[in-house]
Amino acid sequence: MTLVITAFAAVAATVAWYATAPRNQYRLSVLALMYWGAVLMWTVDGIVEVIGGGAFIDVSDPAVVFDDAMLGMVVVLTGLIVWVVTLLIKDPKHVFKHLFAA
Amino acid sequence: MACFIVPTAEAVAVAVVRKLVVKKELESGKAKEVDGAIVAAEPGAILLSRKIMWLLNLLLGGAILLAVEHIWHGEVVPWPPFLTAMRSAADTRAMLFEMATTGVGMAVLVTAVWFVATLVADRLVARSVASVALND
Repeated sequence: MTLVITAFAAVAATVAWYATAPRNQYRLSVLALMYWGAVLMWTVDGIVEVIGGGAFIDVSDPAVVFDDAMLGMVVVLTGLIVWVVTLLIKDPKHVFKHLFAA
Repeated sequence: MACFIVPTAEAVAVAVVRKLVVKKELESGKAKEVDGAIVAAEPGAILLSRKIMWLLNLLLGGAILLAVEHIWHGEVVPWPPFLTAMRSAADTRAMLFEMATTGVGMAVLVTAVWFVATLVADRLVARSVASVALND
């Protein structure tokens, strides 16, 4: 479930990046690549599970599904926090420069 | 257990390589610095340093989000030895095996997907340059 939620976030971030391209003023490419990186890594995790006889996505126990879904939300939120911090540090719109130089 | 450490290590190596590539591109005149950003001196080409940045974002971003999962499951803790799998020799062996299989698999898949993406991006740029030239 974590993989599915992160994949949704990756698609949404990619669509948002494409809609604002080519300026990329909000560095949405960073957010999209971050989510896609996690999706690829969890795909490998799922494949390893399948090789070991398990399920790619475990939906047998509702408690596990709920826990994974909550983790997915936390992962998406962490991605957003990392992206906002990156945005504020890089300040591509020079907001801080205009704010404090004025 | 600690599979995210392998992509993190690759990301560190990639960051070092990118620094060297940026320096080389600036020296050769392929790139220039505009507003603190490294951009191609001539339009219609994607700088290698830019492509490497995509890989860096994939590896580091993915590793950060995977680290969150490991913290969630109690496999990473804020006190030494930081990885709970390092508390016993048997768990450490299992962790190293997981790093060598799952971790390396993650790093390889991300790098392979990135490599294909760079080829596609180069082709898309070449096609758009050719269509602009045809319209001129």
